[in-house]
This record gives sequence, C-alpha cells and structure tokens, in this order.
Amino acid sequence: MRLEPIKNPTLARKLAPPMIALFATIVIASLLAMVAGANPFTVIGLILKGAFGSTFATLETLNRATPLIFTGLAVSVAFRAKFWNIGAEAQLYAGALMTVLLGTGVLPWPSFAILPVIIIAAILAGAVVLLVPALMKTRFGVDEVVTTLLFNFIFLLFISMLLEGVLKDPMGMGWPKSARLIPEARLPRIVDGLRLHWGFGLAIFSAICIWIIQTRSTLGYEMRAVGLNKEAAAFAGIPVNVVIVKTALLSGGLAALAGFSEVAGLKGSLTLDLSPGFGYTGIIVAMLALLNPLGVVVAALFVAGIFVGADSMSRAADVPTYLADIMLATALLLMVLAIMLTRFRVVRE
Amino acid sequence: MDIIDILFTASFWAAAIRIASPLIFATLGELICERAGVLNLGIEGIMVAGAFAGWMAVYSGTGLWMGVCVAMLVGMLFGLLHSTLTVPFGLSQHVVGLGITLLATSSTYYAYRLVLPQVTSPPKIAAFQPYEIPILSDIPFLGPALFSQAPLTYLAFILVGGVSVVLYRTPLGLAVRAAGENPAAVAAQGLSVTAIRMGAVMVGSGLMAVGGAFLTMSAFDSFFFEMVNGRGWICIALVVFGSWRPGKALLGAVLFAAFDALQIRVQQTSLGTDIPYQIFLMMPYILSILALVLMSRRAQVPAALMVPFNKGER
Amino acid sequence: MTKDAVEALSLNNITKRFGELTANDAVSLSVNVGEVVALLGENGAGKTTLMNVLFGLYTADSGTVRVFSETLPPGNSRAALDAGVGMVHQHFTLADNLTVQENITLGVHSLMKLSLGRAAAKARITALSKKFHLAVSPDARVGTLSVGERQRVEILKALYRDVRVLILDEPTAVLTPQETDDLFATLRLAIKEGLSIIFISHKLHEVMAIADRVVVLRHGKMAGGVDTKDTDKNALAAMMMGTEATPPDVSPAKLGAPLLALRNVTTPDSGSIPILKSVSLELKAGQIVGLAGVSGNGQAAMADVVGGVLNPRDGHVVLGTEIVQKWTPRIAVQSGIARIPEDRHKTGTIADFDLVENAILERYSSKDFSKGGWLNWHKSRAFADRIIDKYDVRCPGSDTPIRLLSGGNMQKLILGRVLEANPQIILANQPVRGLDIGAVNYVHSQLLAARKRGAAVLLISEDLDEVMALSDVIHVISNGRLSPEFKRGEMTPAQLGLWMAGQGFQTDTAHAS
Repeated sequence: MRLEPIKNPTLARKLAPPMIALFATIVIASLLAMVAGANPFTVIGLILKGAFGSTFATLETLNRATPLIFTGLAVSVAFRAKFWNIGAEAQLYAGALMTVLLGTGVLPWPSFAILPVIIIAAILAGAVVLLVPALMKTRFGVDEVVTTLLFNFIFLLFISMLLEGVLKDPMGMGWPKSARLIPEARLPRIVDGLRLHWGFGLAIFSAICIWIIQTRSTLGYEMRAVGLNKEAAAFAGIPVNVVIVKTALLSGGLAALAGFSEVAGLKGSLTLDLSPGFGYTGIIVAMLALLNPLGVVVAALFVAGIFVGADSMSRAADVPTYLADIMLATALLLMVLAIMLTRFRVVRE
Repeated sequence: MDIIDILFTASFWAAAIRIASPLIFATLGELICERAGVLNLGIEGIMVAGAFAGWMAVYSGTGLWMGVCVAMLVGMLFGLLHSTLTVPFGLSQHVVGLGITLLATSSTYYAYRLVLPQVTSPPKIAAFQPYEIPILSDIPFLGPALFSQAPLTYLAFILVGGVSVVLYRTPLGLAVRAAGENPAAVAAQGLSVTAIRMGAVMVGSGLMAVGGAFLTMSAFDSFFFEMVNGRGWICIALVVFGSWRPGKALLGAVLFAAFDALQIRVQQTSLGTDIPYQIFLMMPYILSILALVLMSRRAQVPAALMVPFNKGER
Repeated sequence: MTKDAVEALSLNNITKRFGELTANDAVSLSVNVGEVVALLGENGAGKTTLMNVLFGLYTADSGTVRVFSETLPPGNSRAALDAGVGMVHQHFTLADNLTVQENITLGVHSLMKLSLGRAAAKARITALSKKFHLAVSPDARVGTLSVGERQRVEILKALYRDVRVLILDEPTAVLTPQETDDLFATLRLAIKEGLSIIFISHKLHEVMAIADRVVVLRHGKMAGGVDTKDTDKNALAAMMMGTEATPPDVSPAKLGAPLLALRNVTTPDSGSIPILKSVSLELKAGQIVGLAGVSGNGQAAMADVVGGVLNPRDGHVVLGTEIVQKWTPRIAVQSGIARIPEDRHKTGTIADFDLVENAILERYSSKDFSKGGWLNWHKSRAFADRIIDKYDVRCPGSDTPIRLLSGGNMQKLILGRVLEANPQIILANQPVRGLDIGAVNYVHSQLLAARKRGAAVLLISEDLDEVMALSDVIHVISNGRLSPEFKRGEMTPAQLGLWMAGQGFQTDTAHAS
C-alpha cells in the first residue's frame, strides 16, 4: 500500500473530513447506545435537545463552550508551531489562581480598573507556567509533551496545597475553597437574569484576535513557518527559539484566560474541581477545528453541545455520560484520518 | 523512624518493587514501540483499559492468568488501532496517541458503568497473592524484599531479561531496532517496515495493558476511576531515563518506585506533619522532569522515532 | 574466446507512471552473466525508477522482470533479493547507530530464528571483505564511517547475500577519482566471480571505462543501446541529450574588488560535522569561485559560514573592507548575500507554504513586505508574481503549495527570490542537484549572468565536471582545509582528484597557517 499525493483536491474533497467525522461519530454513538440497551434515535435526540433544545440549554452550552474556546485557542496556537502544549490544564489553574489572588479584596477598585488588571495578570501567570517547559525544550531539548503533562499533576497538587492552607476560605466551613471574589471582580452577565456571562464575549474576541495575528502579522507567519519546517525557517533567518518562546507565552496566556473566565464569570471562587479537564478537551477542540482559530469557536460549540447534551441525556435515558467522551475521541481520530485522505490517495502496490 | 532507618528495612524495598511492577511492564511496552520508531502516547489509556479488562475477566469468573491474557489482548487491540493509523496511514503520532488515550479511558469507564451501574464501593476480586520462592525467600533481607513478591512481579523481571535478549541477540530484535533507526535500511533488505512497526506497537501495547492489570489484580483487588493516575506518562519519561535500554529502564522504575514508597512512609514520620502531603505527592512528577532534563544531553534517541516511512518516496 | 551469453536478467517493456508523469515508457534492458551494462541518462531520465521497479520498490504498470529465466513477482523486494538481485542505492540505506555487521546481517536470517550467529557472520564478512578488497571493520558504528567506507558496507551487504546481479546507482557521485578506481577494481573482481553488474551513471568517461554495453534513457524512453567498443563519449552524449552537448560559453572574467573574505576561519566543533580549519578565501566581484571536493569534507561548514548560519570560532568574516561583528542569516541576507541552499526540500522551501509565502521567506521582516509587525500581502503577492513570470516558474498560480511543483521549478523560485534582490554575493550550494538538463542549463546561465553583472559567486558542488566548467578559480576542500587557488584550465581532473583525496596538503606549507 502506498500513499500518493493528490495534486488539486476539489472543494468537496476538502470539506469532507468534518462531515465524515460527524457522521461516523453519530453511528458509533448509536451502536454504543444500543449496547446500553437504549434506542439510538432517542439517545441522539436527547443529546440534541439537551444541547440546544431550549434557551436554558443553549445558554448552558455557550457557557460550557467558553473555557473550551480559550483552551482550544491555546492548544491550536501551540500545535501550529509544533509545540505540543498538553499542559493547558495547569495554565488554566494558574489564571484562576491569579484571579483569586487579586480579586478577593486585595485591590478594592471598581470593575473597569480591576478587571483589566486581573486579565493581564492571569495571562502572565499562564505564560510563565508554560515558559518553564518551553525553555527546557529550547535550552535542553527536552520533549515538551511529557513535561507539560507532568506539570498538570504538579500544579494541581500545588493548588490543592494552597486551598487547604493559605488560600482557604475562613468562612467556607472547612472545605478546600478560596474566598469569594468581590463583586467588582466578577464578569457581568450578558443579559440580566441569564447565566451567560461576558467571558463568552471575551472568548469570541480572543478568537478573532488570534485569527488576525496568524494570518496578517509577522509573528503569525513565523509561527507557521517554524511549525511546518524548522530547518528552513532557521536558514531563512527566523529566530526559531524566540518564536517558540513567544508561542508558548501566547498559548499559556490563552489557557489562563479560561481559568479567569470560569472563576470571574461563573463560579466566583476557586475550588479543585474548577476544571473537569478543559485543558485536555481543548486539544480535541483544536484538532477538530484543524487548528484554525475561527474553527475553534465552532468546534468548541460542538464539543460543549455534546457534553451538555450527554449530561442531560444520561439522566433521562440511563446511558453513562462517558458516551460523550467516546464520541469525541472517535471524532478526533476519524477527523485526522479523513484530513489525510483529502490530501493523499491510497494506491495498492 | 527517620529516612535512613526506612531505607534499611526489607519491607520498604519489598514495597518499592511492588510499586515498580506496573511501571516495568508499561515502560518495557513503550520502549518496544519507540525502538521501532513509534511514540505511543496511548499508554495512559491502554493501562486503564488493561486494568479494567483483566479485573472484569476475573470478576466474570475466569482464572487470574486468563485475566492477564484478556488484558493483554485488549492492549494489543488498541495497539492495532494506533499502529494502523500511524504506520501505514502515517498520521501524527502525537494526536493519534492522545486520541487513543481518550478513547481507551472513556470506553473503559463507559463499560464499567454499564456493568456496575449502582455501586458506591467497587467490588473486589480474589487477587494474586505473594508467592514466596522456596529457599530464596529465607535469605535475610533479600528474601522478604525480592523473593516474596506477587507472580506478576517475577514475570516483569523475567520480561526485562527476555526483551533484552530478543532486542540485542535475535534477528527480530535487530529488525525492530533498525526500523527505529533507518526504515529505508529495513526495506532495502527485503523486510516490511509496516509489519515490523505494527507488530512492535501491538506487543508493546499488550505489555502496557498488563501493567495496568497489575494494579487491579495484584496491587489492589478492585477497579476504580483515576486508578492509573499519570503512571503512563511517567513511563514515557522512564524510557528516556533508561536510554531506551530494558536494563536501565528497570533501574529507573525501581528508583522511581523507591521514591514513591519513601514519600508514603515519610508522611507518617515527624517530617510528615510539618510538610503538606501534596509536596510528597509531587515528588514523583518532579523527579521525572528532572530525569528528562538530565538525560536530554546524552540521550541516544532512536534516529527514526516519529518519522513515518513511505515506501519508495521520491 | 567468446563467452556463452547466458542471460542473467532482463527487463521487458517496463512502463511506470506516477499520475501524469510517465517515468518509464516501454523500456527494455538485459544483462548477461559476467557483463557490465551501464544505464546512462540525465537526471530525471528514469534510471532510478527503472531500478526501483526491478528491485520491487515500485510495481510497473506493464512489463515483466525476469531473473535467470524466472519471472519475478512485482513489487516484492524480498523476491528480488532471493532471486539474487542486489542494489547499492544512491542514498545509502544504512542505520548509523548500528554496527557494520548489524547492517549487513539485517534481514538475512528469518525473523523466527533465535540467534544472530555473530561469530560465523563476522568470519564471513571478513572473508568477503578480503576477497573483494573492501576494507571494513565489522564492529564499527556506521555513523563513524566515511562516505567511501559506507559504500563498501553497502556493497558487502549485497555480496553477503550471494547476489548474482549487482545494481549500483550513481556510485561514484560521492567518491574521489582514486576511490572510483578502487571501486572499479572491486567490480572487476566481482565480474571474475561470475556476477553481472548494472551501473547507473550520467558520467560518460566512467561508463566508457567500466561498461561492456550501454543503454541510454532519455525522458523515460530508450534512446539507444550499444557496445562500448563501438561508440565514444560524443555519440553517447548525443543520445543522452538529444543534441551535441556544448559546454557553457564563458567569457573571460572582469575582476573587481573582493566583496567577501574569510580570514583564517575555524568553525566550532559540533560532533560529527567536519569543521573548517583556519580557512582563508576571497570572493571577488565578477568571478566564480568553485569549491571542489568529496561531500563531507567541510563544504557544509563553509556554506554555513558564508550563509550566516554559523559563526566562526576563530578568524573573521570580512564584508568589503569591514570585519563582521555580528553574523546571522538575517544579517547575511541584508548584506546582499544570496543563498541557494543544498537541499531545496529541507532548508530551501517550506513544502506546505504557497509560492508567495516561500518567496518572502528570507525578507518578510524587511520594509518591502511588512511594517510594524504586520505583513503586506499585496506587495508580497506582486513580488511572487514577478518571480514566476521572470524566471519561468511553471505552476497553477502563486497560491499553490510549493510541494506540488517539480524540483526544477522549486529551484527557479529559490533563484528568483534571491536574485531579485540584486545580490552582490551569491552562494550556490549544489545548485543543480537532481534537476533535469533544461533546469540545469537555466541555473548555470543565471549564475553566469550574475557573474557578468559583477557579482561574486561561490559555487560548491560534488560534480567536478560542473565545477571545472563554470569556475574562474577552483579551490579543493579536503578535511576542512582549502587548497591554493587553481585558475581555469590549470589542472586536470586527475590532479584535482589528488588534492580531493588529501594529497598535496602535506607538501604545501605556504598556505598552512
């Protein structure tokens, strides 16, 4: 068997991957639902209804998509430069930590002053956290996959330590939880009375900014060049290590915004279960979006919809919620396969 | 008891070797994959799947060794999926690996919830019991430390030797190593790079799954979520630390496990009340990162690791 | 006494297509026992494709391969090897981190066998190496071997497997003239032992020296088949290129001031790559300086220093009259140095970038194409279109990913992007490697035009013929040291070959510093 490049793929061929991945995912979900003894059509229907079937559901999906847009952007920026940032989880918590450090009363300022400060501080915190593995890569050649991964475990333990120690809410009745944010440090709701908060707006804005950077700035050009061919980029005079570090800073900062958004927009305080794996899910979002910043928004909505829908379906149909994770893993693998098949033809030798 | 005293007790080393056992299997498995040129980031998920599959088999009534075989088979199936996507199709080994970890973990949890929907405490099985090797287990210190371990632990040690022999002294091992160094050389000698790489990944994944099964069938006797807890990722660091050699990887695994055993015991000493327990739990991961930094300068990476091979590419 | 002509191998009407390109068009070739057949043709003529079909790396669309009257199953390297066909590839297929013995015995025994049989294998390798004059050390790591030694390992790989037909693909491209003589001596020993040889080359004098018969390929088709005793170099050249080959027309040089100089440059040690040792060199305006030498003698270091990629550990780079203080690729480009890299796929272009993005690769940060960190795609596109038009880059459009272009067109884009900046100094590193004759002539004419315009050109090439044809002045590089300069016409290839093999450096003390 041999792979032969296709010279001029048609538009249909290029659009096929997301369609195929979606279709196959639904098929596999149906099969698994049947294994659980449920009617596949009912299950799919419940997922759709749970995701977008009512205003409440849709808002819930948008809320769930917000951190995923941030982590999806973080991962896509890094992966484009072939910097495998698997540590978005730690960076997210760094942003959350910074939010709580500055927002629980230390700075008694009005919203328009304190929010920008917290945002910048959170971005810096995430950037610094990813800077360490980035420098290990550029200075020592240590593969960043394992280091960023292990950092997640280390940082989470660090947060746990802080939450049981210095950060513990004196009024929290003994639970490991930080103090609550002052009202000025909270992100306001987009519409009064609904749960959707301005974190979502910030996420969309970030996606547009990243898209502009990637397509129109010299930094974006450098990041793409380094990711596609490091040797050619270096030969041409692109400062490869500097670009990798800049990419890491940008990526870490974006992931940290996910933490900021969850704390300041949704939860109001920091707990250990702030993130049910948004950092890791961001990887799926990024891949499904083909590393395109605008695609990340769509993919985040898709993924969030599946999770929110599966939660509600699971309560109604007695099918384990892990169905959502299986669907996403399958979608991911099939997507990558389908993308390759749009560029290459399989030839029997 | 202070640290020095702890280090001199046989029970400490017995615990260290027990803790090292799943790491040995999984590290050997990853080592085989990477020697052939394939990075297998599915290791974490395959360990979870192996842990559940082995346990599940025994829970359904099969014998313990049959359970180990079932775990291995499940691992090999995931290995087949991984290698099909990464070898003949040449997809990104990073992405496929992470996808497999997610798939294996989520399908395991799904299956677990289907089989045992309402349990609050996980049901137990009759796990492997330690087997004291006659005569050898009566040696002072070494006896209780080395020769009173579970049967799977003995198997792990035997496998280190076995994998070493195969890699360095057989034509098959030479072919596997060559596939990871220069697949063109392998093809030029009439061998199939695809078959060798896929076979290596399948065997390696089988071993990873057995490592996971050790947790549910030997170290503990039930399956619970978050059981593997990052061990798979640590094994990837251990492969680098061991310079892709089985003997050194064994050393690394035992060293690492010793630190892990140490921190459990130190927590119970006076030191343990002053220092938050999270610091101790962090040590394994910090050590792994340090190991990677130390080895990075001298690492003799298989030259074709992560380089896909397209036959006769012009 | 006539030998009974027993047919060892025959390729019959082989046709192989890759998409729209017909690499082989009904080609037939046969070799008798004890015969040397040369397969002659320019780059891109289809020689390597034909041999890959023979060896089972490709499956032909039509046609058959017969070895000793048995038809080979197509696409099966194993079957080819088992039938007694061995191939020494142009790009060596050796694993650097394994030993010589391990490379030779790889895949010889069944994968089911339990032992490598090391002692017996070592004895056999030693015996073969003595018999065929191929000196190697079985326990040496291949990564430590020189190019000539690696080729010996490749040949031993085939001999170890008792091949009866040995194919050598451009074996002398990387050898000195003396090493080439050694190779031919080995081949003659092999013939005596009853082997047949297919020798792929584009070098006429070698073909005439070693082959009994010549088959010429041109653009995938057979252009002729003759016995060497019935033909000569000119006739072969005519068959190869369709017309009489004419050497490029080089008017006398109009020398100007030195534009770039290296003074006693020693480069830092980086492990396996040979370094420059106290090298001095001057590039004068209007002159082509050729650097001749076997690959792996410091050419890469030389190219890296001139190109701004490497900083000297000792010594200086001098631009005009100024000693350079800070030296990076970007500064080199800004100083007017045009770099044509050795490997257009690995370092010259980014495969998935389109032609516009590749065109601005070196100068994207300059005022011409960006401002304040934002790229000006309008200007960039205009630049790319200009290059495509002026340098005849065949492509569907400037937004095509460059990987879809042929090697020749890729090289033209690279030429265009560096020459459009009106560079004073041009570094051309293996500029025509792997290109077809049309592209080769184009590149050479561009270099000569630049020379006429007053630019200084440094031409680094493994092809001694190319260096001798184009250069006003030649230096030989061997083991990181430069020979004194030889003016055009002063030296014969054999004399240069001695310098390439390292002789001459000991006796010449005037240039040692």
